[in-house]
Amino acid sequence: MSTGMTGRTEQAPVREVGRARTRKEDARLVTGQTTWTDNMTVPGLLHVAILRSPLAHARIERVDASPALEREGVVAVFTGADLAAGLGSLPCAWQVTEDMILPEHPAVAVDEVRYVGDPVAVVVARDRYAAADALEDVWVDYEPLPPVLDLEAALAEDAPLVHADKGSNRCYTWPLVSGDYETARGQADVVLRRRHHQQRLIPNAMEPRACVVVPVPSTGEYTLYSSTQIPHIVRIMMALTTGIPEQKLRVVAPDVGGGFGSKLQVYGEDAICLALARTLGQPVKWTESRSESYQAQHHGRGQIQDIELAATSDGRLLGMKADILADMGAYLMIITPGTPLLGAFMYPGIYKMDAYDFHCTGVFTTRTPTDAYRGAGRPEATFAIERTMDELAAELGLDPLELRRRNWIRHEEFPFTTVAGLTYDSGDYAAATDRATALFGYADLRAEQRARHANADPVRLGIGVSTYTEMCGLAPSRILGSLRYAAGGWEAASIRVLATGKVEVITGTSPHGQGHVTAWSQIAADVLGVPFEDVEVMHGDTRVAPQGMDTYGSRSLVIGGIAVHEAALKVVAKARKLAAHLLEASEDDLDFADGVFSVRGSPDARKTIQEVAFAAFAAHDLPEGMEPTLNAEHLLDPDNFSYPHGTHLCAVEVDTETGAVAIRSYVCVDDVGRVVNPMIVEGQVHGGVAQGIAQALYEEAVYDDAGNLVSGTMADYLVPAAPDLPDLVTDRTETPATSNPLGVKGVGEAGTIASTPAVVNAIMDALRPLGVRDVRMPCTPERIWRAVREAADSESSRKEDAS
Amino acid sequence: MIPAKFDYARPQSAEEAVRVLADAGPEAKVLAGGQSLLPILRLRLSFPELLVDVGALGALRGVREEGQELAVGALTTHHDMVHDPLVRAHAGLLARAAATIADPAVRHRGTLGGSLAHADPAGDLPAVCLAMDATMVALGPQGYRTIPAAEFFVDYLQTALRPDELLTEIRFPVLDGWGYHYEKFHRTAQAWAVVGVAAAVRRERNGGGIAEARVGLVNMGARPLRAHLTETALAGAEPTRETIGRAATMAAEGAHPPTDLSGSAEYREHLARVLTRRALLAAAGAA
Amino acid sequence: MVSPAKDQAPMPRASVARISVNVDGVDHRDEVEPRLLLVHYLRDTLGRTGTPIGCDTGNCGACTVDLDGATVKSCQVLAVQADGGRVTTIQGLAGPDGAWHPLQTAFHEQHALQCGYCTPGMIMAARDLLRETPDPTPEQVRDALEGNLCRCTGYQNIVRAVLAAAAELRRQGAPEPRGQGVDVPQVSGQEAPA
Ligand SMILES: Cc1cc2nc3c(=O)[nH]c(=O)nc-3n(C[C@H](O)[C@H](O)[C@H](O)COP(=O)(O)OP(=O)(O)OC[C@H]3O[C@@H](n4cnc5c(N)ncnc54)[C@H](O)[C@@H]3O)c2cc1C
Ligand code: FES
Ligand code: FES
Repeated sequence: MSTGMTGRTEQAPVREVGRARTRKEDARLVTGQTTWTDNMTVPGLLHVAILRSPLAHARIERVDASPALEREGVVAVFTGADLAAGLGSLPCAWQVTEDMILPEHPAVAVDEVRYVGDPVAVVVARDRYAAADALEDVWVDYEPLPPVLDLEAALAEDAPLVHADKGSNRCYTWPLVSGDYETARGQADVVLRRRHHQQRLIPNAMEPRACVVVPVPSTGEYTLYSSTQIPHIVRIMMALTTGIPEQKLRVVAPDVGGGFGSKLQVYGEDAICLALARTLGQPVKWTESRSESYQAQHHGRGQIQDIELAATSDGRLLGMKADILADMGAYLMIITPGTPLLGAFMYPGIYKMDAYDFHCTGVFTTRTPTDAYRGAGRPEATFAIERTMDELAAELGLDPLELRRRNWIRHEEFPFTTVAGLTYDSGDYAAATDRATALFGYADLRAEQRARHANADPVRLGIGVSTYTEMCGLAPSRILGSLRYAAGGWEAASIRVLATGKVEVITGTSPHGQGHVTAWSQIAADVLGVPFEDVEVMHGDTRVAPQGMDTYGSRSLVIGGIAVHEAALKVVAKARKLAAHLLEASEDDLDFADGVFSVRGSPDARKTIQEVAFAAFAAHDLPEGMEPTLNAEHLLDPDNFSYPHGTHLCAVEVDTETGAVAIRSYVCVDDVGRVVNPMIVEGQVHGGVAQGIAQALYEEAVYDDAGNLVSGTMADYLVPAAPDLPDLVTDRTETPATSNPLGVKGVGEAGTIASTPAVVNAIMDALRPLGVRDVRMPCTPERIWRAVREAADSESSRKEDAS
Repeated sequence: MIPAKFDYARPQSAEEAVRVLADAGPEAKVLAGGQSLLPILRLRLSFPELLVDVGALGALRGVREEGQELAVGALTTHHDMVHDPLVRAHAGLLARAAATIADPAVRHRGTLGGSLAHADPAGDLPAVCLAMDATMVALGPQGYRTIPAAEFFVDYLQTALRPDELLTEIRFPVLDGWGYHYEKFHRTAQAWAVVGVAAAVRRERNGGGIAEARVGLVNMGARPLRAHLTETALAGAEPTRETIGRAATMAAEGAHPPTDLSGSAEYREHLARVLTRRALLAAAGAA
Repeated sequence: MVSPAKDQAPMPRASVARISVNVDGVDHRDEVEPRLLLVHYLRDTLGRTGTPIGCDTGNCGACTVDLDGATVKSCQVLAVQADGGRVTTIQGLAGPDGAWHPLQTAFHEQHALQCGYCTPGMIMAARDLLRETPDPTPEQVRDALEGNLCRCTGYQNIVRAVLAAAAELRRQGAPEPRGQGVDVPQVSGQEAPA
């Protein structure tokens, strides 16, 4: 991965990387001097409100907008038919198989609505109150059609269709087969089958979405301000969808209040607002309410997983089979079909086995489309393997950690090519597990658990294990190509060295809470030998950072951060050339440390990088052929993914009378390679684990039989608050990645991926002695209570049968 | 997100408020703390033509001791009740339950009167008032009338208040010497009760048997309930785990709890029994 | 135009109201629709956009501000209800010299924010707690923030930050007094009696 063209500055002491720097981002955020998209106002700004379908599936018979037009303050009303001429279908960038069904996806429905929340009409008014009012006066006649909600029933021959013209609700079936699973199965002493349900989740970034479009009618230029994680991708896709030439479209992601995948999307509302600004020649703004966002932002997860593990009686894994049904929702959005496949490679987890057989079928339903939510495919995969490993351990009478030890890839076996075909570059699963069990007090908790069981304590103790790894750092372009994804996975960085020696870093990543401004400053400061404070990081505006692939999939540091590192090395190489020229020395005789070039053997002959920067700017005396700048850019395409790993241990107390679960202790030991900023890493782990716990215990997008989203407001969809979450004990082991020069691995999703199975395994560990076989997520008190009661009932009927 | 248009009035006295309500007819609504009303208006689930903001009626906020009763103004906030020394001393159950409502910011605004007039069966305070045998004082065009808690809650979100009546005060018989406990089962800290149980127990002198037990149930039907069979079973009983446990098994008799996102009717019945036992054990000091 | 201003004979009803509100030390007089939410008044009318909006049901707490000495969710209050009142937002917390409030400093130092969207509300809610309970336990901090949702941090560093700020405020001497206008007995934040 080295650029190969510069002498590495290995001798520069590492000062910034590894330091718990407080964040440069914070000053504006803690004082309220923010630039959230909804804050923005411009002269002549019009406000947009969107009328959405109240039905899961229906034909639109008639839309009458005229009463709305009569209302005070209303400027215009548009139906789907009105907008269809100027807007193409919303894009899906991932044709996962050749025969994948890709339905048309209009930003505003024209003849048919396919989920509750599907846009039907758009109102433009002079203020947001008038726009909201006018929605009451757009009249729509619907002819109801049958909803499609059950993934298995949807695949039946005679099932009603979400897209009648496509002939099937089966979007695709995608296989990944390695080795001979049937043979493995035949050799197995134990074949364990389990079905897991991944409930639908709503990502719930705290900032609802908003967009503002400012047009310049005379030149045909448009600026789209959008609360997005992916301004660069949005620019390309909006150019294609709206027909606005790409060079005339600027996309800005101002301060963005969280994303977690929900803002990794090319949403219809951005396209609608561009179309409205083009038609009306005036700036427009749309801001969603939370309840609206629950219907209109994509959801995550939504899978049924049939998992089979084949093993020997002493617990050696022979093979794994995974049959997945994945809920696409009503339409395919940017990576809807590919999201479950991002997990396809991770079902085998950290374990060695001979055969792996994976099939995923995408299914259309009349629900909000699904797409990436923190972890995107990998949490599902990790849950499946880690939950099923615990079940296998129980089946074999082994301690769950012991079963894992017998199967995991040993430290000395790296790099290791897994049965799924990935090459894990590095890892030390034993080290992380040993550290975690020590911090957790594993043996003591096991003893307490036995004692409580012996006393038939109504509050049971359970211990959950999750030894996860994941693939992140999305992604090597050639692999994305081989998976039929439309774009690549490179990242861009450029560095401008100003005349005064101050530095501007321009990154193609688009942070929304991850602290790139701070971390990139640390990386650049180290390589360039300039003070941390002298570095300014710019991002999230296609005019400022013209190239980029944005922020998702824990890719920013391992690709974008490394690109900054490489660009900085190029700057140093240029500076070295100029310094050598100024010092009348050979480049090879120059040392570079702490921002100072010095001639080896004559310590007084030195130039600071700031002096060199000024000399480049003045350009009075440059080496032959050198341009008057130290600026450099680097586009980095990674060779491999990044594979963080770790061991999470969770202890829960389950009140078997009420079904209530309390997390008593939670230990995470993560290995994310070298760490640029430990404080930021810890924060990512905290937040990630919180979201994973939320999936295990609290959250679910619930639909009724008619296809209504019943958990439709924040009062019903339970995002946990501070009292609902535990204090975590966090620690790290550090096995440097070998795939990049800093040895770093991604950390954005690891906590979410690791924690869900740890919590559910703990609950099951508490309840298994009572005869409970499974509890579906979220493990609500009622579900636990029912599981305990049913187990007790079948226990007593067994006893009756026996007598 | 945004309420529909309405007119607004801010009367300066309770009498004036009632006059405005009477003039406006059934399309007018009282605005107290707004913590239930505003979300409803924002989600456009209701379209009143006039809001009568009673926020200026300082006389309706505060707590007085009147003989064997505590008079709590309808505009007394949840936060006030949690902190008020008189409430804490003589109606601790009320303070205890109020402390479990929502969060501090909501408790700063939400009022006792609003909670009762709203009559959400998942609300904590209606069942507490029922268990404490509170009396509601309402002012209408014809003057004041009193309504016993047992007659106040009529149905889901419905009370005995007429559209032109203002709830002004709630009178609680002081429960000095009673033990009490509020047991709320909810899925997250901020969430409403799946089921809640308000229990109060008076023991015979010198720590003897149970003289009287009261149990109010939250979210066990369209309106708050008393667990009468449980109460009867405990009158005169010894406060042992066994008697209390047995009495608690009757807590859900006759209740018709809802099935919704946070629980099925069957689960709620089960919870009512378990929580009643726990609340009574704590209230009787037998836990 | 009718107006229910206090010094006039109260009108039975009005479709526009004249209000005067002090926001972060500045007096404002405006005519507003009665339905205007306080948070929209702050953001859209006054341009005080430091206070964001995260929900439509009063659950998220992003919009938390101080009204007359006690926190409110400004999406759960009408602008007319704040008439004659004094509002403090995140933008009014720093001292006159721009010096940060100890909570602002602590949130920064303890990495208690990532995207920062919840931060104004969190800080306002924490400030309210520390006025009543200058030396809270971690559990009290968590309970006091139960109406403020954060999706990024898992809350652990927020709790740390509030405890650090509490220590700093105690070190500096008297924590901020409650503002005028609310008659709340100064009972420390202990549990209601059992
Ligand atoms: C996020 C959140 C969580 C909550 N959680 C809980 C909870 O767990 N438990 C709980 O019990 N409550 C909860 N609440 C509701 C809260 O307790 C409300 O404060 C209370 O229900 C209503 O009181 P209010 O003063 O705000 O009434 P308002 O919202 O002003 O009014 C409610 C209704 O009562 C009428 N009304 C109000 N006062 C009078 C009066 N004096 N005379 C006649 N009619 C009147 C109004 O017209 C309206 O119909 C929650 C609220 C929120 C926003
Ligand atoms: S915006 Fe006010 S509580 Fe969510
Ligand atoms: S920091 Fe992002 S929501 Fe709290």
